[in-house]
Amino acid sequence: MAELPAWKNINFACIVFEPGNAREYLTGDWRSLRPERDDSKCVKCGECWMYCPDAAIYQDERGFYAVDYDYCKGCGICAKECAHGAIVMVEECE
Amino acid sequence: MKLVDIANHVVAHAVRLARVDVVSAYPITPQTQVIEEISRLIDEGLMDCEYIPVESEHSAMAALIGAAATGVRAFSATSAHGLAYMHELLHWAAGIRLPMVMVNVNRAMGPGWNIWCDHQDSIAQRDTGWVQLYCASHQEIADTVIQAFRISEDPRVILPVMVNYDAFFLSHSYMQVDLPEQEDVDRFLPPFRTSWKLDLEHPLTHGSVIYPDDYEEVRFSMQQAQDNAREVIRVAAEEYREIIGRYHGDLLDRHLVNDADHLIVAMGSIASESRVAVDQLREKGYPVGLARVRSFRPFPVEEIAALLKGKKTVVVLDKDVSFGIGGALYTEVKSSAYGKSQAQIYNFITGLGGRDVTYKVIAKATEEAIKGKLRKPINWPTLRLNEHHLISVEGMVKKR
Repeated sequence: MAELPAWKNINFACIVFEPGNAREYLTGDWRSLRPERDDSKCVKCGECWMYCPDAAIYQDERGFYAVDYDYCKGCGICAKECAHGAIVMVEECE
Repeated sequence: MKLVDIANHVVAHAVRLARVDVVSAYPITPQTQVIEEISRLIDEGLMDCEYIPVESEHSAMAALIGAAATGVRAFSATSAHGLAYMHELLHWAAGIRLPMVMVNVNRAMGPGWNIWCDHQDSIAQRDTGWVQLYCASHQEIADTVIQAFRISEDPRVILPVMVNYDAFFLSHSYMQVDLPEQEDVDRFLPPFRTSWKLDLEHPLTHGSVIYPDDYEEVRFSMQQAQDNAREVIRVAAEEYREIIGRYHGDLLDRHLVNDADHLIVAMGSIASESRVAVDQLREKGYPVGLARVRSFRPFPVEEIAALLKGKKTVVVLDKDVSFGIGGALYTEVKSSAYGKSQAQIYNFITGLGGRDVTYKVIAKATEEAIKGKLRKPINWPTLRLNEHHLISVEGMVKKR
């Protein structure tokens, strides 16, 4: 475990002076279920991309909608909304 | 400049002298004339300040937090239920360490509806992290509001400061006040310089999530700031005396304490009444003194312990109740005295909801305490015990 700063060395009132550093915090490790796409069923409609509340879905170079596992919390909305059953949720521990 | 006015108007002049940049307040009941007078001063061009009238006290404090976060001097005023409505945001103002000053006119909490004076409103906000000062005269209120900005903005403190004074006994009564000169106030209170502020050129995040890894450390720093405030309050009172020439005590205001065997401890206007009681008891031969607590947070723990050493009887007057234990000031005095004093410490809970407490009541109850006539530590000297019981020696409520 990394050493943590003493109270005097913590930013005053925990102010964050570097903007945009929420990116460094990888919320993907909250995930217990992982969305997986079946390319044979996906029609690249982008519905999953529209519904993802964490903006963790992006379009890859082939036009498919891929999941950014660094930030996907595994909520399962994409799998629920996919009209073609192309996304299934898989246990992370399997 | 001397003027005869009500304390609420006097506060407005102190705010003007402190060169406040932003005032945010809810202008309707339980608001007092503090805000009325400030808006008049702004309207007549006597004060260069932005006044934000908002739709609630919750919003008043939210707007004040926003204003203070941009690095300007900010002020608000409230009372009773208005203060209670701010409760959540009082934690926010203190937790993100924003200097600001607010006056609270001490009034009772409902139900039943009661607009008169006691300390229940501010005592209920005790643990929000705000520095809490209590005043006992119009002159002290004016001087303390100016001092409060110094205390709040001191780099060792950087916490919001609440200046409390009693409704009606002080807020709406007329008294002569000597307002300091602007140049003297400017010498005492330099322009506010913030160490950080919301700034489009240098974006930052404040008041965001703090994980268990850091939260305790942040809270500890607030406790340190409160501890530092003791010295800052002392120095502010001293320098105010040097520059402006008036002094109302530091964390405590002491009256005839040195040769006293017995002590009255109180806050606010009831302490002024106690001063007369002390003098009366002295005439009767009782060596009594008075310690008026000016700073309830930070609490003068060491001063009280030192003062109580060797005393025989201590009487603590509370215009508030912490239901289930007793007066809030009483519990603090007792805990400060732990292991330091053998004095018998009594609590008088009195003057709730505006009930008048005269020096005669205080003197009589204190005399009973000194003589060891009280069987219980916590007493309600003005409580009507049955229909034949006059509530005080004054007979304030006539038998119907």
